[in-house]
Amino acid sequence: MTSLPKEAPLKRLGLVIDLDTCVGCHACAVSCKEWNTTGYHAPLPDSDPYGKDVDGVWLNRVHGYETDPELGGRTVYFPRSCLHCEDAPCVTVCPTGASYKRTEDGIVLVDQDICIGCKLCSWACPYGAREFDTDGGVMKKCTLCIDRIYNENLEEVDRQPACVSACPTKARHFGDFNDPASAVSQLTAERGGVELMPELGLKPTNRYLPPRPGATMGDGASLQDAPGADDGFLSWIDRVLSR
Amino acid sequence: MQPAYSVIFLTTATGAGYGLLALLGILRAMGGLPDDRAFGLFGLGLAMALISAGLLASAAHLGRPERAWRAFSQWRSSWLSREGVLAVVGYGPAALFAFAWLVLQRNDGLWPLAGLAATVLSIATVYSTAMIYRSLAAIPRWHHPLVTPVYLVLALATGALWLNVVLIPFVDGHALSQAICLAAVAAAWLLKIAYWRAIDGATGQSSAATAIGLGHLGSVRPLDPHHVRDNYLLKEMGFAIARKHAARLRRLTHLTAFLVPLVLVLLQTVTSGPLSLAAASLAAVSVSFGVVIERWLFFAEAQHKVMLYYGAETI
Repeated sequence: MTSLPKEAPLKRLGLVIDLDTCVGCHACAVSCKEWNTTGYHAPLPDSDPYGKDVDGVWLNRVHGYETDPELGGRTVYFPRSCLHCEDAPCVTVCPTGASYKRTEDGIVLVDQDICIGCKLCSWACPYGAREFDTDGGVMKKCTLCIDRIYNENLEEVDRQPACVSACPTKARHFGDFNDPASAVSQLTAERGGVELMPELGLKPTNRYLPPRPGATMGDGASLQDAPGADDGFLSWIDRVLSR
Repeated sequence: MQPAYSVIFLTTATGAGYGLLALLGILRAMGGLPDDRAFGLFGLGLAMALISAGLLASAAHLGRPERAWRAFSQWRSSWLSREGVLAVVGYGPAALFAFAWLVLQRNDGLWPLAGLAATVLSIATVYSTAMIYRSLAAIPRWHHPLVTPVYLVLALATGALWLNVVLIPFVDGHALSQAICLAAVAAAWLLKIAYWRAIDGATGQSSAATAIGLGHLGSVRPLDPHHVRDNYLLKEMGFAIARKHAARLRRLTHLTAFLVPLVLVLLQTVTSGPLSLAAASLAAVSVSFGVVIERWLFFAEAQHKVMLYYGAETI
């Protein structure tokens, strides 16, 4: 059923991604690909993987940006994946019912056995969260690792999305945004977590934590040609060498 | 957006077919068409051939065409599903209309209602097709109020010009048909000019800063190429046409979709016989070619908001 759930989902599962600590290592993207190519959305095929025209389906991609040098100039790494929107346009455009949003936890999924591969959902998503599998003729997207987070065969500590488990700087957090005590809710409140393209009103679930105000050039020890007159031993060396 | 040839063919062929069917339905109900079986056969045959060819072509762009039947299920939310349902339902009144005309030769009592129902369903189907694009907020040049009127009036114009050709062997110089052609082509031209002015003057609602959520840090620009080669998103949504080609193709559209058909139909009003047939046929071929270019540009000029992640500043 591609109408959105009438009642708000009981849980709103999603991710918080910390742009302050993300180092752009791509571990989340690689781990996502590794898990999901054998998981719920299997396979995530590649075409010409070792050749010149390598292409393939990725559910998570990492971008690197540079901000205005006049305002401090930061390098920011930005992992991009499905935001599991409350008003998901990718769901309502689906003609077959393959795209749906779960009432119990708000996760947006594609039923691989029903999808006809019309690609309309990928056109409807402004965030580029969906990628087409040309081999299988169906659409792929982030499942929030639905086959991990509820998987009782895994240790409890591993019941979180592969991208979250893999992150070496703990820049990714998973949890329920409906629960004010959850880590994701608290981080969003404390650090002013932002919503992407809020002007579209799609109510994405995931939040991004902006980089903390950082040091700028010149804040640290000033770089001088020579030590000052009262630097003791260094001043003496300076005087000797300057003779 | 990457122009999808099957979708361009689908929308131009079904547009012309539904335009023609809609006109046949309403004009016959009004008694404005020859009752000839042969005319009915040519007119309805051409309309149904264009519609069916377009609908079949639409399956060509699917990843899993064998599952296409599932697309009829989600008419409550999806314009694509509504288009499919209306297209299939539309065959019912069209078949009754053809039966009354070609077999029974009747146009009295309740029979005109079958034609009128075909007209209404034809308009509704073209409207649904346009709404598939109109409803996508991620693509501002499609999410525009002029998109649906342009689709509807272009369908009417192409249908009218083809009707004008089919009519000639039966009624040379059908004044009503020529008037509809002139009015529809002129209206479509004005709407298309208004649409192009509107999208050229529009400023993007989203920026790289709102897409990445770093507005407070000023301008944001990509640091490195994001991937070693183009991915699905860049191939499908990243297609962009050079401005100089867009300008040239727009001029070609003005010429072939609008100006040439108008001049040829005007010429047809003062000629008869083979010259009239030649003018009407050339006008119909010209508008069909022009609408293919117009539809190609509709895709090629559309920018998708995902490109904000790949270096676009505002969309």
